[in-house]
Amino acid sequence: MYDGGKIITGLVVFVGLVTFPLWSNVGRAAKKPDPKIDTPVIQQLAEKKCIEPKAFMQAEHMKILNDWRDSVVRDGNKLYVSSSGKTFNMSLQKECMNCHSNKKKFCDECHDYADVKPYCWTCHIEPKEKEKVAWASIEENS
Amino acid sequence: MGINRREFLKIAGISVVAGLGGASAVDLLRRAPVEASQVSPNPKALTAKRWAMVIDTRKLTETDCKRIIEACHRTHNVPEIGTKQEVKWIWTEEYEHAFPDDMNKFISDEVKHRPFLMLCNHCDEPACVRVCPTKATFKRADGIVMMDMHRCIGCRFCMAACPFGARSFNFGDPRPYVKEENRKYPTRMRGVVEKCTFCTERLEEGLMPACVEVSNGALIFGDLDDPNSEVRKALRENYSIRRKPNLGTQPCVYYIV
Repeated sequence: MYDGGKIITGLVVFVGLVTFPLWSNVGRAAKKPDPKIDTPVIQQLAEKKCIEPKAFMQAEHMKILNDWRDSVVRDGNKLYVSSSGKTFNMSLQKECMNCHSNKKKFCDECHDYADVKPYCWTCHIEPKEKEKVAWASIEENS
Repeated sequence: MGINRREFLKIAGISVVAGLGGASAVDLLRRAPVEASQVSPNPKALTAKRWAMVIDTRKLTETDCKRIIEACHRTHNVPEIGTKQEVKWIWTEEYEHAFPDDMNKFISDEVKHRPFLMLCNHCDEPACVRVCPTKATFKRADGIVMMDMHRCIGCRFCMAACPFGARSFNFGDPRPYVKEENRKYPTRMRGVVEKCTFCTERLEEGLMPACVEVSNGALIFGDLDDPNSEVRKALRENYSIRRKPNLGTQPCVYYIV
């Protein structure tokens, strides 16, 4: 092989560069998201249940929000009857975030992990996260 | 041991049928909860066949108008920018600018300088709806010309089309200019057009529009298709005019002068 030394060095450098994202991240795995639902409103609920079962909400909340938005804006429907027969207001700001007032720990936790950037909050007003301090101190005390 | 052509086709056919059936079965199971759910309008909602507004300009002073404008803008998080990039849902104009077609050389001083409240006319034949390329602005069955902010791409065709200047564009992020946020209503974002919506969100809760509520009876809101409604009564008993009726958009905001 002519210029074997140069070729092998070149190859080693090349492989090193190409695999840079892999080895540079070894041992630095992002923390598994851990969304919290311990807001004051949810704590006071007799039955701590969302509008639909948890697994369904985890998988389909974005679809529900899309359906709601079209239904409210286009057809003027305001009420949602869930599979359990309960009625809810179809409103992100007034209904969803009323319970889930901890946007940072509830929404952003997973969205940041999965690197999805929903553009809800460019218009919709996010809940004031003063409450966050409140339950942080509750957690410390307990 | 081989497989002949006939057997191969049989197996392939059965596999395709099974595959299709399986996929649709999975699909059905997955979607079940959403399809089982139901949506409906709020039973408390105010409804009409054709919403319209009558503005009794004789009863409105400068301070009344200010109060009405503030009530509307506070309710809907309309930013107060104060430059040429202003955003407005409802505002005042002099007779000459409001009714340019009806401007005689000599008219009563009082009318000439009276404040006229301007807002979206919620036309029967809205030009803005015709030009919108994304159907972000549309006319509801009850006549309200509504906007879906989620779909607006900010092309401003609607602003060019509207003969009443009822639409405003958000040249920048409006948030810093919203003095006191109404946390029950969203703001808008940079790059969308906005306008009066006849308070659809309030009608759905059984409330009159914000401007009507604080007008002390100078603004009348009701069903134009109902001969016994308050708007029809006001129109029957008073002479009224509309803005630029010759353009044929059939505005649904009437002015008693």
